[in-house]
Amino acid sequence: MMRLPLFEFRMPRTIDEAVLILDGEGPKAMPLAGGTDLLPNMKRRQQVPKTLMSLRYIEDLNRVRMEASASRLGACVTLADIAADPRFRNGLTALAQAASLVATPHIRNMATLGGNLCLDTRCNYYDQNYEWRKAIDFCLKKDGDTCWVAPGSLKCMAVSSTDTAPALIALGARVRLVSRLEEREVLLGELYNNDGLDYIKRKPNEILAEVLLDSLHGWKSTYWKLRRRGSFDFPVLSVAAAARFTESGVVEDARIVMGSAASRPLVALDAAKTLVGRPLNGESIAEAAVLAARIAKPLDNTDFDMSWRKRVTGEFVTCALRELRGDDVSGERLSYMRTHSH
Amino acid sequence: MILVTLPIESQKTAHIRLTLNGEATDVSFAPYKTLLEVLREDLGHTGTKHGCELGECGACAVLLEGKAVLSCLLLAVECDGKSVLTVEGLGADGKLHPLQDAFADLGAAQCGYCTPAILVTAKALLDSNPNPSREQIREALSGNLCRCTGYQQIFEAVEAAMIKIAGKTSC
Amino acid sequence: MRVIGVPRRRVDARAKVTGQTRFADDIFLPRMAYCKLLRSPHPHARIRKMDTSRAAAHNGVYLVLSGKDLPIEYGILPVSQDEQALCVDHVRHVGDPVAAVVAREELTAFEALDLIDVEYELLTTIADPEEALATPAPRIHEYGEEGNIHKRVSLEFGDVEQGFAEADEVFEDTFFYQGNTHLPIEQHASMAIKDPEGKLTIWSSTQTPHYLHRALAKVLQMPPGHIRVIATPNGGGFGGKSDPFNHEIVVAKAALLLDRPVKICLTREEVFYCHRGRHPVLMKFKTGVKKDGTITGMHLQTLIDGGAYGSYGVASTFYTGALQTVTYHVPRYKFQGCRTFTNKPPCGPKRGHGTVQPRFGQEVQLDKIAEKLSIDPADLRLRIAESSNAVTANFFRLSVVNLSECIRRVVKNSDWKEKFRKMPDGRGVGLACSAYLTGAGLPIYWNKMPHSGVHIKFDRGGGVAVFCGATEIGQGSDDVLAGIVAEVLGLETFDIRLYTGDTDLGPVDLGSYSSRVTIMAGNAALQAAERGREMIAEAAAEKLGVPKERLRFADKRVFDSAAPEKCLTFAQAVCNAEARFGTIGTMGSYTPPKSPALYKGGGVGPSPTYSYTAAVVEVAVNPATGWITVPKIWIAHDIGRALNPTLVRGQVEGSVYMGLGEALMEEQEFRRLPKKLSHALVHKFPSMLEYKSPTSLDMPEVITELIEEPDPRGPFGAKEVGQGPLLPIMPAVANAVYDALGVRIDEVPITPEKIMKALAEKKAGRTPRFGPNHFPKVNWPEALRVPPPWEGGDGNAVNDVPRAAKHNPEKEKVLSP
Ligand SMILES: Cc1cc2nc3c(=O)[nH]c(=O)nc-3n(C[C@H](O)[C@H](O)[C@H](O)COP(=O)(O)OP(=O)(O)OC[C@H]3O[C@@H](n4cnc5c(N)ncnc54)[C@H](O)[C@@H]3O)c2cc1C
Ligand code: SF4
Ligand code: FES
Ligand code: FES
Repeated sequence: MMRLPLFEFRMPRTIDEAVLILDGEGPKAMPLAGGTDLLPNMKRRQQVPKTLMSLRYIEDLNRVRMEASASRLGACVTLADIAADPRFRNGLTALAQAASLVATPHIRNMATLGGNLCLDTRCNYYDQNYEWRKAIDFCLKKDGDTCWVAPGSLKCMAVSSTDTAPALIALGARVRLVSRLEEREVLLGELYNNDGLDYIKRKPNEILAEVLLDSLHGWKSTYWKLRRRGSFDFPVLSVAAAARFTESGVVEDARIVMGSAASRPLVALDAAKTLVGRPLNGESIAEAAVLAARIAKPLDNTDFDMSWRKRVTGEFVTCALRELRGDDVSGERLSYMRTHSH
Repeated sequence: MILVTLPIESQKTAHIRLTLNGEATDVSFAPYKTLLEVLREDLGHTGTKHGCELGECGACAVLLEGKAVLSCLLLAVECDGKSVLTVEGLGADGKLHPLQDAFADLGAAQCGYCTPAILVTAKALLDSNPNPSREQIREALSGNLCRCTGYQQIFEAVEAAMIKIAGKTSC
Repeated sequence: MRVIGVPRRRVDARAKVTGQTRFADDIFLPRMAYCKLLRSPHPHARIRKMDTSRAAAHNGVYLVLSGKDLPIEYGILPVSQDEQALCVDHVRHVGDPVAAVVAREELTAFEALDLIDVEYELLTTIADPEEALATPAPRIHEYGEEGNIHKRVSLEFGDVEQGFAEADEVFEDTFFYQGNTHLPIEQHASMAIKDPEGKLTIWSSTQTPHYLHRALAKVLQMPPGHIRVIATPNGGGFGGKSDPFNHEIVVAKAALLLDRPVKICLTREEVFYCHRGRHPVLMKFKTGVKKDGTITGMHLQTLIDGGAYGSYGVASTFYTGALQTVTYHVPRYKFQGCRTFTNKPPCGPKRGHGTVQPRFGQEVQLDKIAEKLSIDPADLRLRIAESSNAVTANFFRLSVVNLSECIRRVVKNSDWKEKFRKMPDGRGVGLACSAYLTGAGLPIYWNKMPHSGVHIKFDRGGGVAVFCGATEIGQGSDDVLAGIVAEVLGLETFDIRLYTGDTDLGPVDLGSYSSRVTIMAGNAALQAAERGREMIAEAAAEKLGVPKERLRFADKRVFDSAAPEKCLTFAQAVCNAEARFGTIGTMGSYTPPKSPALYKGGGVGPSPTYSYTAAVVEVAVNPATGWITVPKIWIAHDIGRALNPTLVRGQVEGSVYMGLGEALMEEQEFRRLPKKLSHALVHKFPSMLEYKSPTSLDMPEVITELIEEPDPRGPFGAKEVGQGPLLPIMPAVANAVYDALGVRIDEVPITPEKIMKALAEKKAGRTPRFGPNHFPKVNWPEALRVPPPWEGGDGNAVNDVPRAAKHNPEKEKVLSP
């Protein structure tokens, strides 16, 4: 049986108490939310925090407030709750779909939104047991000094594998980060670095407290996820698309975000821009698909061949945009995602 | 005098009280342990299995406050005051739960190793949705790998139990 | 019949659904300690130095063992005694164990592993068979054919060149079948104790307690009589728990030394290192056919990646060439197989052992042949299917063969004629068939003893206890025994108590492999039960004053069939018999019939009878991405008789499931890191997450049909079902992909990437295919020439000494499983 290493355990009741602990313990302390990322990493000795600070007992983090003008989602809301909540429809569909496609039903019952946004980047050379990593002499991201994906590279290329981040970025979400001395709001699109090691701009003493969304009135959104199996698997490519249309179907505003194609979610600015002012027709969709695929640079550190993953990018952008304009793509959706949910 | 030091990992310094299968239960254990380890090693409840201890197989599923979760990814210290249901708590009064009966009759348990987790997961499904479609059953069990059955007899057993439970509650 | 053939709850079901089945890791004993193994981080190295003193001094550690504590070599086959429980000086793959730590807590043991200092001298590593052929030194083992070739075989049954000369068309195709693993959800676990008298007892998740028993006796140098092996119910086996394993031997040794219970449960990663899974095989098929599809000759070559140890590999090698002739009539047949050592976890027997890979090649090639000859692939197979009671070119005697009926049923059920070559672009159907053994004809070590034995004890209260070495791995072997005994004695299965998988309690059964338990333990149980019934009937006939022949056993009574009111309860009848004969206990045993395959190598492949299967798979492939889904599968299996149809269906569907995983996504893949940076040759992803086992959302609907024509060799006519139905799935998927898009994927697994590559070939006007293009040169030995029966052969090779003449049980190592 894989065992956790020893740790000290803290269970603050309030955010204030929590940030005090983080401040006092320094980077050796880590927040524990659903534990579905952190605990496996600890068992594999990829992360060995001295102190685990549970967020489970902080009520504030479990709140969902949804109003017509804006919504605030507490960081500890579970993905299962998001997937099941009928309020996450219309403009918010992409978020509900992304949440419902994470891992497995069991994991979604435990996993939190905040944990999903802070998810460690992933790589086939890194998400391995201690003994395995020892056999390759470890790697840059942990305990070693070579990157096996790109030997010679000084940067880790581990993959951003969160499902909800691309969806929330496409929805224009912000996050509220709280530390002992400071509180700040950051556009989610700007929370991540394109660096597998230092992948998140959250400081070790900060708690991600809330996700903030402005009104998405008039928006439609969707999320497409590529993985080998119908459940369990992390995304190896995902596309979140959101658009607002005029009455006549012309795109007023659009966002396309690709997940698992780099160490951070990739915003396909050009692809989105080309759609604006035009209806979603074969031509504009095809252009956007090409532009989006151009920036996706999958590497050989996940499941599936990297060039094939790149090729699917265009297909997924096409499916997502066709879905937004109202085409019935449920056949394709079922075929790729193997599930009827959403 | 010989000084005996107890390794820290042997020290059962954590203590919780939970409701295990309906029964108030106290347990002391080493604080690094997950619920899976405490159930099996400190509480003698070996019905809950494990196939990876990393969240990748579903064999360790139990119900926490009625919801299917993975006991291998849940710190036992976080279960204080909670209610936990394992396969040992499914039947009542010496009788099998309809799901257990159906699984036994319809070949849904071959080696039986994935079975305890699938049973409790299916119970959570039927508790929240007494009349699930085949697709919903597939979806609910998609976090439980079974290497033996090909799942078909499992789906059929859940459906048979569903009908049996519906029959019972309607009369 | 009241029990046999009736769908019913299996005898061990209640334990399974209540969580009471005690798997090996569920055993906890007072004072027990945990064991962890330190494994080599290098794929190939010499151990220069090892210092365990820091680990031994660590707080909470009881014992540290290393290679010198267990130096004696063992292995499943007598010809491949090439493993050491802890490597003494040579490690052969990443994961090879070199030391063991036993501690009070598992966490302590794990952490103490890092305190063992080992100095290695790295050796050249060999990643695949072609490298092995090209790199004779350094040798991974000091035995074998030469260099890094473990085993080479060459057999010729009739002159194949003549066969090709008589053909209208000759087809040559190469295929590659990637390796994959069993992935039982239960990780291997064992608990050993030194019992109060100083003897050893070990509980282990093993499919072969008898073979483990032998290995323990050898390595621990203990009399077998002082060792008791109890096979706990296996949480899935599929062949992965059929070898004696290093961890079993280590905990046994530790328990003896410490005089306290010692347990080990492997992590999932370690299970990948035990492996013994499907061998990667490169194959070349050359087949000659007449215009009507009749095969005139076949030449098969296989190049097999064996991994770091022998395991069952010699048998696996023969198996890659054994069953081609058992499915379709092949009048002239040549087989050449070569297994090499590589620095990867050892391959061995996985469901369908060795026959799965060539089955894929043969069935895909038949699809190509059918297309070229413009014959429907189902019709082609109907023309060439083997027939009942035939003796094949390689001298395997068939019993009942119902392959044709299987084909007809799946053709009908799937609407084949309406679908084949008629579905819209991107959709298609494919058909394939297979045959599999119902039990290996010979044990792994040569002897004349029965392959299975059963004791039955009859109790005065009417209770019946069955003792047998058979091992329950989920397949339902306990239920088979109970069902047969209950049927014969007119009882219910609930009345039967089973004591199985225990080397102390029951007579030997060789183990749960090669689909042998139903036919062998089943026939032994049938014999024991019938002997018991005979005694009880004789005494009852006297008591009731009725001729014995008129007595019936049913409903827990023994009665006169002419006057049912004349009866005894079963319990009364047992007491009555006991008064007449003394204590009632009966025995049964089973030895397979002698095979006419007398040539060297003819020990692998004979079976009392063979099962047959046909399957149709429907696929939908997206031409833009190659994404493939399988909406539905139809399968028909020639079972002889279904003893418990619920279980039989479960075996069929479970096989389909595993086959589909192999067809589409499962892969035991390795990664070699740049040599100048690290020497590693590592398993790409030894985890449940990255080794892709299909989930409930990936599994299509399966329509199963059982073809029942009792086989006189099987108990109540039963044949095997645990393995055969897996075999047709992979080729049927490949053939369906061709029907859908017109591209051939001559390699398993069939992935979207490969489909896209084949589509690109098609677009470029080249052969629309993905697959291997060459078969390397192997220095084959001179073929043993065995004239087939129709050329007057007697089962011996004409260029070898006849078997009978050189028979020497001491030296001869006949192989099988
Ligand atoms: C088998 C398996 C499959 C998976 N598949 C997917 C998948 O398909 N898609 C996917 O996106 N994920 C997947 N995951 C990963 C994981 O389950 C999810 O990302 C989950 O949402 C993580 O949330 P958590 O609450 O469990 O995080 P935790 O494990 O508790 O935390 C994750 C990280 O975030 C930090 N953290 C958590 N909450 C906060 C906070 N409020 N403030 C600051 N830091 C915080 C933690 O310190 C830790 O570093 C999978 C995991 C497993 C084991
Ligand atoms: S990308 Fe390179 S450095 Fe980063 S985890 Fe993978 S191998 Fe290690
Ligand atoms: S043991 Fe595999 S998911 Fe928990
Ligand atoms: S019954 Fe064996 S794993 Fe499901």
